[in-house]
Amino acid sequence: MKPILLIDFGSTYTKVTAVDIENEVLLGTADAYTTIETDVRNGLENALQKLHAITGPLDYAARYACSSAAGGLRMVTSGLVPELTAEAAHQASLGAGAKVIKCFSFQLTEDDIEEIMHISPDIFLLVGGTDGGNTECILHNAKMLSAVPFTFPVIIAGNRTAARECERILQGHEVHIVDNVMPKFGVLNTEPARKKIRELFLNRIIQAKGLTGAQELLSGILMPTPSAVMKAMELLSRGCEGESGIGDLICVDVGGATTDIYSMADGMPKDAGTVYKGLPEPYGKRTVEGDIGMRYSVRGIVEAAGIARICRLAGLPEDRVNELLAQLDEHKDLIPEAGSDLEKLDFALASMAIETAVSRHAGTMEETYTLLGLTYVQSGKDLRHVKQLVVTGGSLIRTRRTGDIAAHAFASPLQPTSLRPLTCDIRVDRKYILAAMGLLSEYQPQTALRIMKKELQYDGYSEQTNS
Amino acid sequence: MKKKVLVIGVIGADVHAVGNRILYHAFTEAGFEVVNLGVMVSQEEYIAAAIESAADAIVVSSLYGQGELDCRGMREKCDEAGLKGIPMVVGGNIVIGKQKFEDVEKRFKAMGFDRAFPPNTPPETTIQALRELLHMEE
Repeated sequence: MKPILLIDFGSTYTKVTAVDIENEVLLGTADAYTTIETDVRNGLENALQKLHAITGPLDYAARYACSSAAGGLRMVTSGLVPELTAEAAHQASLGAGAKVIKCFSFQLTEDDIEEIMHISPDIFLLVGGTDGGNTECILHNAKMLSAVPFTFPVIIAGNRTAARECERILQGHEVHIVDNVMPKFGVLNTEPARKKIRELFLNRIIQAKGLTGAQELLSGILMPTPSAVMKAMELLSRGCEGESGIGDLICVDVGGATTDIYSMADGMPKDAGTVYKGLPEPYGKRTVEGDIGMRYSVRGIVEAAGIARICRLAGLPEDRVNELLAQLDEHKDLIPEAGSDLEKLDFALASMAIETAVSRHAGTMEETYTLLGLTYVQSGKDLRHVKQLVVTGGSLIRTRRTGDIAAHAFASPLQPTSLRPLTCDIRVDRKYILAAMGLLSEYQPQTALRIMKKELQYDGYSEQTNS
Repeated sequence: MKKKVLVIGVIGADVHAVGNRILYHAFTEAGFEVVNLGVMVSQEEYIAAAIESAADAIVVSSLYGQGELDCRGMREKCDEAGLKGIPMVVGGNIVIGKQKFEDVEKRFKAMGFDRAFPPNTPPETTIQALRELLHMEE
């Protein structure tokens, strides 16, 4: 059987992965600079040339692709109460692999509308109210939108009582109605909205992103890259027919500008003495930290962790750290040499990126004394008993200290209320195959799963973290 | 006819869950649509739930004697959040010690509650009061 080619059109690099389906092995991976301004085919051709230099010429049975090029799938959402439907809309969008530029809540103002027009998202998700609940807000927001000449498609996933009227208000625009993201109070139903987002991405966004040129070369499915990673993690966790998964897991992707965290775990309270507060969270949850990244968002890491901790972890004096930070502000493409001060700083930055992002992703548990004694109040997911951690991203793949960096995802006595995992096996995505395996899982889940189990190698850590 | 929506829950650091379940079933049985927030509910949670579900009334329970402190300022917060005039009722062991309930009721009404119910009030009484408050025909 001929091999399959998996392509990830990134914002800076196009990555290609060739898979031998019969023997369930990777034939090779390669990447090349993406040239979205001219034609994505150039980046693809260059990457293929590099790949074929390793593997020899290949004739593919099929080519599948995902994309985060041209800024990814940019979305804006509006809901009613920030912690409720507005949060549900946020989670639905993130779960579909979107980059959420802004989440509005309550009634949109004229200033908000101006901002939305300025952002000019790829998709707008309009929600608000439980079914049979509040209609005022979503109708108001539809009216506010209808007053301006926007061109992006709108997905309505709010109170079903108001859905058709919203559609009428937005007549003349591309509008899609799907089931409410929160049909009843406290019940999340993000799948219909997620499905519609992916569909629109396929039908419409691809063209706008200049990827049509590549389409004739492809046999199918383009999805946002984070969506492909999400699929890979879901498969790795739950398994498929004929191949078992590895159970609950967390995946950390530390990028240059953002840090993505995926968790595949139920995470709800197990014992009766714990009270859960807030919106229940989905089994497969994705969060994106826009202020945490290894090059474009270095200052965000420093702000979150504090300069003192960065210095201590790096083993460098504050003056030197500030000097290096200034260099990173200037040059986003710096790659540290072995043994350099920059390598030490990168270790500290990556460690704190993981700690911060996983802390924000995980839930919290607080002790409260009531007249009946001690009670625990949990909000968000309890990830303490998750046993598998998958790490990816350049700063983690290209270092020998991956395990020590990754261990900063674990629970620490410094943050007793955080429900991060107590300890995990650490698996490293050395060849950067997660998105490719997510794509492959659509067609050959068993093969994708077995390759991941083989390629995501264990990495130890030396217990000297959390200083 | 559209069902009337009630938001119910036990306020404050109060974990008495049994009465809350009984009220949930009694109200549902009586034909209300019930959004049950469970125990340890803050004022903000009642209000957020009432906004999303366009609730017709808020039913606050308190069993541990701290109800008066927990309920203070709730009416003002409702007004602030756009829920002006939403009917609010409260019941349970809402104060500590043996006090005349007329005095207690007066204090809770001054706080903006439409009705206050003493201990051992059967659900039927509360249901009847809610029907009156919401102008529902029998």
